[in-house]
Amino acid sequence: MTVTGGVAIVGSGLVKRFARDKKESITALDGVSFEARHGELTALVGPDGAGKTTLLRLVAGLMRTDEGTLRVLDLDAATQPQEIQNRISYMPQRFGLYEDLSVQENLDLYADLHGVSVEQRQERYPRLMEMTALAPFRERLAGKLSGGMKQKLGLACTLVRSPDLLLLDEPTVGVDPLSRRELWEIVSSLVENEGLSVVVSTSYMDEAERCAHVVVLHEGKVLADGVPSSISSRARGHSFIATSTQNESARALQARLIDREDVIDAVPQGGRVRAVLRAESAQSIPEATFEPAEPTLEDGLMLLLRQQTNAKPAAGAAIELADKPAPDREQVVIETHDVVRKFGDFTAVNRTSFEVRRGEVFGLLGPNGAGKTTTFRMLCGLLPATSGTLLVAGADLRTARAEARQNIGYVAQKFSLYGDITVRENLDFFAGAYGLRGARANERIDWAMDNFELSNRAGAATGKLPGGFQRRLAMAAALLHEPQIVFLDEPTSGADPLARREFWRRISSLADHGTTIVVTTHFMEEAEYCDRIMIQDAGTMLAIGTPDEVRQQAADESHPVATMEEAFIAIVEKSRDQVRAKDAA
Amino acid sequence: MNATLHRILILIRKELIAVLKDPRSRIVLVLPIVLQSLLFGYAATFDLDKVAYALLDADRSGASSDFMARLDGSGVFHRVMNLNSASEIGDAISRKRALLVVHIPSDFERRILSGQGATVQAITDGRNSNTGGTAAAYVSAAVERFNADWRQSHDGLRSPLTIETRAWYNANLETRWNMIPSLIAALSMLQVLMLTALSVAREREQGTFDQLLVTPLRPTEIMVGKAVPSILIGLVQSSIILLLALFWFRIPFQGSLATLYLGLILFMSAAVGIGLALSAFSATMQQAMLYTFVLLMPMMLLSGLTSAISNMPTAMQYITLANPLRYAIEMVQRIYLEGAGVTLLFNDMWPLVVIASITLPTAVWLFRHRLV
Amino acid sequence: MSGAAVQAPLSWRRLKALVTKETRQLVRDKSNLMVGLFLPVVLILIFGYGLSFDVKNAPVAIVTEDTSPAAQDVVAGFYLSPYFSAIPLTSMQTARELMLKREVDAIVYLQSDFSRQLAAGHATVQVLVHGVDANRARVLQAFAQGAIGQWAVKRAAAGQSGSAPPITLQTRLWFNEANNSTHFLVPGLIVLIMTLNGALLTSLVMAREWERGTLESLFVTPVNTNEIIIAKLVPYFVVGLAGLTMCLLAGKFLFHVPIRGSLLLIIFISMVYLLVSLSLGLLISAATKNQFLASQIALVVSFLPALMLSGFIFDLNSVPAVVRGISRVLPPTYYVEALQTLFLAGDVSGLLIKDCAVLVTAAVVLIALTRRNTRKVLG
Repeated sequence: MTVTGGVAIVGSGLVKRFARDKKESITALDGVSFEARHGELTALVGPDGAGKTTLLRLVAGLMRTDEGTLRVLDLDAATQPQEIQNRISYMPQRFGLYEDLSVQENLDLYADLHGVSVEQRQERYPRLMEMTALAPFRERLAGKLSGGMKQKLGLACTLVRSPDLLLLDEPTVGVDPLSRRELWEIVSSLVENEGLSVVVSTSYMDEAERCAHVVVLHEGKVLADGVPSSISSRARGHSFIATSTQNESARALQARLIDREDVIDAVPQGGRVRAVLRAESAQSIPEATFEPAEPTLEDGLMLLLRQQTNAKPAAGAAIELADKPAPDREQVVIETHDVVRKFGDFTAVNRTSFEVRRGEVFGLLGPNGAGKTTTFRMLCGLLPATSGTLLVAGADLRTARAEARQNIGYVAQKFSLYGDITVRENLDFFAGAYGLRGARANERIDWAMDNFELSNRAGAATGKLPGGFQRRLAMAAALLHEPQIVFLDEPTSGADPLARREFWRRISSLADHGTTIVVTTHFMEEAEYCDRIMIQDAGTMLAIGTPDEVRQQAADESHPVATMEEAFIAIVEKSRDQVRAKDAA
Repeated sequence: MNATLHRILILIRKELIAVLKDPRSRIVLVLPIVLQSLLFGYAATFDLDKVAYALLDADRSGASSDFMARLDGSGVFHRVMNLNSASEIGDAISRKRALLVVHIPSDFERRILSGQGATVQAITDGRNSNTGGTAAAYVSAAVERFNADWRQSHDGLRSPLTIETRAWYNANLETRWNMIPSLIAALSMLQVLMLTALSVAREREQGTFDQLLVTPLRPTEIMVGKAVPSILIGLVQSSIILLLALFWFRIPFQGSLATLYLGLILFMSAAVGIGLALSAFSATMQQAMLYTFVLLMPMMLLSGLTSAISNMPTAMQYITLANPLRYAIEMVQRIYLEGAGVTLLFNDMWPLVVIASITLPTAVWLFRHRLV
Repeated sequence: MSGAAVQAPLSWRRLKALVTKETRQLVRDKSNLMVGLFLPVVLILIFGYGLSFDVKNAPVAIVTEDTSPAAQDVVAGFYLSPYFSAIPLTSMQTARELMLKREVDAIVYLQSDFSRQLAAGHATVQVLVHGVDANRARVLQAFAQGAIGQWAVKRAAAGQSGSAPPITLQTRLWFNEANNSTHFLVPGLIVLIMTLNGALLTSLVMAREWERGTLESLFVTPVNTNEIIIAKLVPYFVVGLAGLTMCLLAGKFLFHVPIRGSLLLIIFISMVYLLVSLSLGLLISAATKNQFLASQIALVVSFLPALMLSGFIFDLNSVPAVVRGISRVLPPTYYVEALQTLFLAGDVSGLLIKDCAVLVTAAVVLIALTRRNTRKVLG
C-alpha cells in the first residue's frame, strides 16, 4: 500500500505538440507543471481543448513529452512506461470495450491482464456489479449496451483491481445521476479506505468539488491550482440567486441575464437563476431581485476564465431567427398514446403517453437504459413501435410520406455527420437533402455559419474537428430547413460548461420563436431550462410536468428536495423500491 | 419528381466528394487497377516463349544434330544442359533446372535412314501440367515440321495431307489478348463491389445512416444515390484499363465504344445491386469487406477468366449462370476482339438486366427492413 | 528506445486471457468464419471440380463439303476423340455463324474437291480455331493435328503410305502422368487458402483495434507487445491449420492427388508459410491502422502475388525479367515450388532446403518488423 501524503505525480514544464498538417502544429500542453499527491483525489478541469486528455495520456505512458520531465510513482514516464503501466489503471474517455465480448468476458479479460486473483474477484465483482447495475446484463454483448451502460462497464473494467494510481478521463460522460453518485461513492471509498491516488478529468464541477485538489487547465496552461475552495472563493461576493419580477420563466430570465456584459454567468436553478456578476452588487440589472449566494466551484471557474482569458459563456449564442407570426402555443405537435416497444422479451418502452405543445422545450430524463433513446428513435420514425400510436406534426414518421420528415430536425447522441468531407460540404448536403436549393440554400447555410460560428473552419475535414465544434455543426445541420420540431439526444454530453451555456442559449432563442424542442440530458440542472420534463425508468413513465411540479412530486413531508438532481434520484429510487417490493411479494 | 431528382443528385455529389476527396482513397481507386493490369498483362500468360530444356543425345549423329538445330533455331527452346546419361534426367527435372528433357536414342539416325522411323522422347515437368503440356506440344510441332521436310528432301514425297491452321480474332494466340479485355470487366467489378458494400456499411457503423433516414430522402432515392457514384467510378476504372489495353499493350479494338459502355453500364448495375444487397447483411465495415471477398473469389474463378466455362462440370456451369461477371467477360471480349454488335450480344446482355432487376429492388427492400 | 527494448517476460495468464479474447472475437463474427472456413470449402470444390485446363468435349464443327468415304475417314478421329464433341455440317456458312456465336471452338474444313486432291497425292485440311482463349486454342490445334494424324498412322499401318514417319514423338509428363490439372491446382489451392487466411483476416485485426479505440485501454495494463502479437497470431494460425487439413483431406480422398513427399514436411513448411502470411497481415494492419486501407494493401501485396506471381497457374519462365525478379523475392513463390514438389515429385532435398530457408527467413523478418511497428504509444 502506498503512503498517503507523498507525491504520486510530478510534472514540470510539460510541453506536447501535435502536427495538424505538414506546416502547422498545435501545442496541446504549453509548459504545464503540476503535482498529484498520494491518497488524494486530484481533478483536472477546464474547457474543451485545455489539454486534459493529453496530460492524462502522458501520465499513462501512452505518449512522450516534447519538453519537460514527468515522474509517475517515482518512475520516469519517458523511459519506464511499462513499469508505470504495470502499476496504474487508466480509463480513457472512450473506453475501448470489446463490443463482441459479453459484459462478464470484458471484465474477466481485464482482471486476467491485471493478474487479479480468484479470491480478489469474488470480493470485487459483486461490488462492481452493484455499482454499475450491470448484474442483469452479464451475458449481454458489450456492443448491445446503451451508451451510459458502456461507460459504466468501462469503469468497472478499470476498477477490477486496486492500482497504485487511478487515472479517469471524464468517467461520467453520459452516465446518469444515480450511477454517477454510485460511482463517486466507490472512488471515494477507495481513496478513504485504501489510500488510492486518483487523477480525474471532468467537466462536472460538482465532481471536481469533491476532490482534494483541483488543477484548472486552459489552452495547455495551468490557470489555477489548489483546493476547490481556493477557486470557488474567488467568486465570493459575486454569486447571487436572481428572481424575476416579471413573471417570466427561469429560462427567459437566464437568457436575459447571460446576454448582458455585466453578467459573467447565469444558469437556472430551482425555478430561479444562479448568476455570477462582474460587480459585487446587482443594482444595474432591472426587473429582477438578487440575493447573495454561497459561491460554487463552477462560479469560481467561470469568473477565472472570464478574468484570465476573457471567455464569456454563450457570447453571441443567441441565434437570429426570422420573425414569424406568434405561434399557437396551445397546438399539440407531438402526441403519443400507449406506445410500447419490445425487443424480444425485453420491454424497452412500456405504455407511454404524452403530448408536447408547440414552442415547448420538453426534456426526457431517465437513468441509462431507461428507454429514452428508444422513445426518441420511435418519434423520429427510425424504429417502429410494437403497439400504440405516435403522431409527430400530425403524422407517423414511420409510415408517412417522405415530405413529413421535412418538419423535423434530428441530432443524434453520437456525432453523425460525414467525417470525411468538409463542414461546408456537410451543410450543402443536408440543405440539399431537405430540398433547399439555389439562393435559398446559400442563405440558410450562411445563416448557419454565422449563428453557429462555423465560418472559420468551413473548409476543414469535419472528422478532425474538436468535439465542441462538431456538436455545433450537427445542430446547425438539423436546423437548416427550419423544422417545426427538433429532437436532440444528449446534446450536451461531454460538453464543457461554456459550451453547455452556449447550447441552451440557442435553444432558448429557438423556443421563443415557436420551435418545439425535445431533448434528453443527464445534467439535471439542465432540466431547469425545460418547460416540461418527463422521467422514465425501465421503460415506464414515472413523472411528467414542469420542473416545479416534478420537484414537488418528489418531495415528501420528511425531506424536501431542492435540486432537480435530488428530485430525480428520489423519484427513480422510489419507483425501483416499489418494483422490488412487488417482485418480492 | 423534380424534388426526387434534386435529392438524388445531392446524394451523388456527396458520395463522390467523400470518395474522391481523400488522396489515399484516390490512390486506392487508381493504383491497384493499373498495377494489376500490368501484372496480369505480363505475368498471366500461358504462352511459353522460353522453354529451358536439357538434351540427352545418345546418337550424336548428323540426323540428330539436324533435328536439334530445328529446336534451337525455333527461338523458343533454350538448351540449358547437355546430359550424358539417362540417369541424369531425373535430377534435371525434379530440381527444376529444365522444364523439358529431349532424349534422342542411340539408334536414331540408323532407324530413320532405314525407314523404320525413330522415337524421340520428350519428358516434361508435370508439376504444372499446363506448362508441361504446352512445352510438349511445341516439341510435337517441331517434330511435324522435321518429318515433312525430311520426307520431301529424302523421299521426294509430299505428305499426303497438309493441316492448315488459323486462329480467328487472335492470330498469334497471345493469352494477353483475351486476358486484358477481360480485366476491363473483372478488375473494376472487384472495386465497385467493395466500394458499394462499404459505403452503406460505413454509414451504418458511423451512425450517419440514421441521419440520412430522418431526412426526406426515400430508401429508393438513397439506393440510387449510392448506386450511381459506384457505377461512375467503375466506368472510370474500366476506362483506365481500356486505355492501357489500347495504348500500352496495343491490342487492337474491333468493336464500338458505345456498345462497350452500354454493356459495362448494364454490368455495373448488376454488380452494384449485389454490393448493396451485401451491405444490408453487414453491420460493420469489416463484415462488408469480408463478405464481399467471400463472394468475389468464386465469382472470379467461375467467370471463365482463367479457365473456360465449357470445361466445367454441368452443375458448376449452371451456377455460373447467376454470375454477372461471366456474361460481362464474354461480352467485353466479343466487343473488343470480335467487334460484335448489340444483336450478337443479346444473350450476354439480357441476363445482366435480369440480375440487376433482381438485386437492386432486393437491396431497397433490405434497406427498409433492416432499420431495427 | 530503451524503454521498448526491455521486455518483460511473457505471462501465461495474460497470454491465455488475450488468446481467449481473440478467439471469441474471431468465432463471434460470422464474416471471419466465412473467410476462414467456408471460403476454403467453396474454393476446394471450385478448384477440384470446376477449374480445369484440360480440354474435353470441345464443340467442333466438322464441315465436309465432300461426302466421299475418304473424306469421312480423315475426320473420323474427331468423332471418336474424348477431346471433341464433333458437330457434322455441310455448309461453311453455318459453321462460321456458329463460331461467331461462339457455339463452336473450332472448324475443321474439308473442301468439296478434297478426295480428288487426295487421290492426286496431296490434300489440305483447314483447322480454324477461335483464338480468343489463346491457351485453349493452342491445345485444340494440337489435338486436331493429333486426330488427323491418326488417319496417317492408320494409313501407314495399312501399307498405303510409303513409310512410317521418320520421327515419332513420345511425350511423358513426369510427376503427372495422367495429365490431370487438378494435381497441380490442389497444391496451389493450399497456397491460396493459407494466404487468404493469413493476410486478409489478420490485416483487419490490428487496424480494427486502432479504429475502435480499444488499444488505449489495453496498453495501460501490464500487457507487453509480444503478448499482443502472439495472441493475435494464435487463433488465426489454428484457423489456417484447419484450412490446411481440409485441403489435404480433400486432395487425398476427393481428388486423389498423390503425396509423393513427406507429409510431415508439407505440414511443417505450411506452418512456416502461415506464419509468414499472418505476420505480413499484422504488419500491414499495424502500419496502416485503417481497415479499408489494410485490406486493400493486403490484397495487392499478398493475395494477388500468391495467385499471379507464384508460378501456381502461370509459368514464371515466360514472364518478363522484371516480373520474374519480383516473384523471386516473394515468399509464395517458394511455397508453391515446395508444395508442388512435395506433392508430385517427392523429397527433392536441394530444392526444399532452399525453399524452407527462404520462408523461415521471411517469417523471422516479418515478425520482427511487426514487433517494431506495434509500440504501446498513441499518435
